[in-house]
Amino acid sequence: MSDVVKGIVVDIDGPIVKAINMNTAGMLDVVYVGEKSLVGEIIKLDRGKATIQIYEENSMMGIGDEVVSHKRPLSVLLGPGLLEGIYDGIQRPLMELSRTGGNFLLPGVKADPISFDKKWKFVPIAKKGDLVSAGTKIGYVDETALVRHFIMIPPDTKSGKIDYISGEEDKTVLETVAKLDNGAEIKMAHYWSVRKPRPYKERLSMNRPLITGQRVIDMFFPIARGGTAAIPGGFGTGKTMTQHALAKWSDADIIVYIGCGERGNEMTDVLNEFPHLIDPKSKQPLMKRTILIANTSNMPVAAREVSIYTGVTIAEYFRDMGYNVAIMADSTSRWAEALRELSGRLEEMPAEEGFPAYLPTRLAEFYERAGLIRTANDEEGSISIIGAVSPPGGDFSEPVTQHTKRFIRCFWALDKSLANARHYPSISWLDSYSEYNDEIKEYWNGVDADILNVRAEAMTILKREERLAQIVKLVGPDSLPDSQRLILLVADLLKKGYLQQSAFDEVDMYSTPKKQSLLLKVIMNFYWSSENTLKLGTPLIKIRELGLVDEIAKLKSTVSNDNTEELENYIFKIKDKFDELMKFYKV
Amino acid sequence: MIKIESLGLKKIEGPILMLEKNADVKYDEVVRVFDEKRNSQIGKVLSVNEKSVVVQVFGNTSGLTIKDTSVEFLGIPMTIPVGRDMLGRVFNGLGEPFDGLPQIFTGDYRDVNGAALNPYIREYPRDFIQTGISVIDGLTTLIRGQKLPIFSGNGLPHNVLAAQIARQATLKNATEEFTVVFAGMGVKYDVAKYFIDNFERSGVLSNVVMYLSLADAPSVERLLTPRAALTAAEYLAYDLGMHVLVIMTDMTNYCEALREVSTTRGQIPSRKGYPGYLYSDLASLYERAGRIKNKKGSITQIPILSMPNDDITHPIPDLTGYITEGQIVLERELFQKNVYPPVAGLPSLSRLMKDGIGEGMTREDHKDVSSQLFACYAKVKEIRALASVIGEEELSDLDRKYLDFGNDFENKFLSQGYEENRTIEATLDLAWELLKTLPESELYRINNKYIQKYLHEKG
Repeated sequence: MSDVVKGIVVDIDGPIVKAINMNTAGMLDVVYVGEKSLVGEIIKLDRGKATIQIYEENSMMGIGDEVVSHKRPLSVLLGPGLLEGIYDGIQRPLMELSRTGGNFLLPGVKADPISFDKKWKFVPIAKKGDLVSAGTKIGYVDETALVRHFIMIPPDTKSGKIDYISGEEDKTVLETVAKLDNGAEIKMAHYWSVRKPRPYKERLSMNRPLITGQRVIDMFFPIARGGTAAIPGGFGTGKTMTQHALAKWSDADIIVYIGCGERGNEMTDVLNEFPHLIDPKSKQPLMKRTILIANTSNMPVAAREVSIYTGVTIAEYFRDMGYNVAIMADSTSRWAEALRELSGRLEEMPAEEGFPAYLPTRLAEFYERAGLIRTANDEEGSISIIGAVSPPGGDFSEPVTQHTKRFIRCFWALDKSLANARHYPSISWLDSYSEYNDEIKEYWNGVDADILNVRAEAMTILKREERLAQIVKLVGPDSLPDSQRLILLVADLLKKGYLQQSAFDEVDMYSTPKKQSLLLKVIMNFYWSSENTLKLGTPLIKIRELGLVDEIAKLKSTVSNDNTEELENYIFKIKDKFDELMKFYKV
Repeated sequence: MIKIESLGLKKIEGPILMLEKNADVKYDEVVRVFDEKRNSQIGKVLSVNEKSVVVQVFGNTSGLTIKDTSVEFLGIPMTIPVGRDMLGRVFNGLGEPFDGLPQIFTGDYRDVNGAALNPYIREYPRDFIQTGISVIDGLTTLIRGQKLPIFSGNGLPHNVLAAQIARQATLKNATEEFTVVFAGMGVKYDVAKYFIDNFERSGVLSNVVMYLSLADAPSVERLLTPRAALTAAEYLAYDLGMHVLVIMTDMTNYCEALREVSTTRGQIPSRKGYPGYLYSDLASLYERAGRIKNKKGSITQIPILSMPNDDITHPIPDLTGYITEGQIVLERELFQKNVYPPVAGLPSLSRLMKDGIGEGMTREDHKDVSSQLFACYAKVKEIRALASVIGEEELSDLDRKYLDFGNDFENKFLSQGYEENRTIEATLDLAWELLKTLPESELYRINNKYIQKYLHEKG
């Protein structure tokens, strides 16, 4: 049986092409079509007739063009050189293509996903005679200043003893670094199918939050390491801005940012900005831990479909090294639309709104690749997935949002009216939820013993304000008693001084958990003192006259993460000011 | 180039022809369709298999007969000629002269479909374009290389606004002029005429290229019109190094034509009968805006679309908003109050604004001022809703101040004349005039040092 199958194109309808004489080709195998050898994937086999989706623009493809398959599934190449890279949906390196292929992405241009020529300094950590199996770390390469890239035995390799292992030596990714007694030759890079999840030892239950530095998320709607979250919101509500903020400040080791069917300029923005952003811990540029997958809206739709699998496979590879990886997928709706478009061309029976019936299955498969796991080396690794959803017309009842909600446990609903008032991040505190609060409570208890109670009370105020706002709409705020107007005042303070966070303010853009908890306590201390003072008969106007409100609202951008004791002092200041006020009203 | 002519037409349905495959046919290639009198029109191959070919005709299929129609396959994708001589000319949607003059003389033909720009080679747009219109410059700043659509409704003055932008757009402290490429899809002749007259009056007509597919032209021609225009724009920008402003009106007509073809082909519809690939298709137009590293030119797009029934959640404005970098939304209520331009403050947005304004680009206080104006105007809307229930008398003093601020905002800041051209400094000073009427404690989004500088020292 030969390793190459050759067929002939008999039908072309946009990116969906049919070819005959494909008897021995396998489902999901990669094919190369026509003179330009455009990349495609077999998505349906009907006797000898294969249905192929083409990942490149296939204008001027003709009937009778040759189809070649090497009987290999669509794969990504995993090895040193991935970080700081920008790839399209099928892992073509866009930086390399811009050098060889010009400004526009012309069909048929090709380049190696990671450099085959570049030499990396391989450092062994296993030695001759060690028994190794799939996933065992045998050495490493310091790929960037932020990331040590471990070389592992590829997952489909049989276990055996190391016969030979290279010493500390500069090697290319294709050179052999180790040989096993069963004949397997280990190189620094290997291929892995994008549609097949990489194996791991076992799943663990989550217990730590992924700290994002965004107060509304970390404090009120946290995501666990290994968790899944969705950000739905109509256009202009700030999905991408929120995703960018998370990619910048979350405390993951590796960020995989998938720009799936979105704007080209947004990817440029990331490319321009990330090299200049400095990681608060390591003082290195954030780009050194980031991988970008850019399949913008005008790039071929089939490659958009595969782009999220490419991203998640790369993420799994780093997870297997024992890293915490965060995936930002912007936007999963565009991916679902790509599914719909391809399904339509296949003339499949549509379910809701033209989406194929298997949409929920595919979404589930994708989100299930997140998780906290034990790796082959008995370390912990995790993938957290944060998917943006772009519901048409901002209507959350549409299929993609609804099905996504079934598979995620953290829901950050973006609100149009908040965005209109330029309240960013426009995460609604009424519609959002997180199921991880319980799992990670130990972490917050460690930051501050009673912060969870304080948080719950703050949340109650926001909920009460919502109801009061209904009344205010009918009768105006002046007819409410002072105790209720205090709720309005504090809720407003929470919104302006806590939930709202500027992505452009040097100080405010990122808050440590310590600052987050203290700032919330400052606001709530103000509330408690006010409440007590009101009970003694002080009018609310006197409390306003203390001038604390405006100051507290600006604390988020005046107190930096390193000076949190200022916030502790401020709590005393509040107490002093109120004590003074109360002197007048105490009998 | 081998030209193959084929008979064997099987079916005609609207603009779609089905014929037997008896020649070597390529997907997406251009065809020429001849009727019995040898009058020809252009079409392209939509799909092909071993037995049959589906062709879409960019013209009128009335009068075509099954027996005598022949189709010539040209073996090339759809192209238009490009050259410097395009400037000052008017073409139809297919790139053929529409002004009675001969076709431009050039050997350079470009594929109208273009190709996707490599995201890596894009230059992030950050040059502020001063349009002289306060609400745009101040609140939804236009950046060179941006795609910023105008969401309008029937009867609203979107054309007047677009013409004013085209006339007044200039870079701050630069003398470079914009070249305008105009794509008219399904527009009435008088609309096209309005733009021509406008360009003529301001003396820029020789710097304008127009592609017109008027309301009476075959609807499928509209599918090619914006592509032809953008191909011309890419040539002017990246080959000749010009700064190009592309005005496309009306995108709604374009989408209607797309739906028409899709329905005729029996494709599975998604929302409101529009094809599932409407998003990808629109993206293939809008994403052609931008800048390229190491190239001088740029393409800025201002697509205009009329929202059916003023509904911003309709698939056309909805999908457009997801692709473009913001939107300028026109509001009927403001229009009825006689405010020009009736730009709705809150839903309008410019995504690229953040990097194109501030010190060295516009003025240091721009970010804070615009953010504060948005916040205050949002508050005004809330108070107005409240006032309509409890009456203005019941409002607090502060609320009443906000109401006055709201009226001033609409009548002084938003409103301006068709010919009025305000500098960015004038716009920002005007904004401070308005903010002055509110208590200082309400200006919580503005950095104290700007309050000191612009409120106390200046005022």
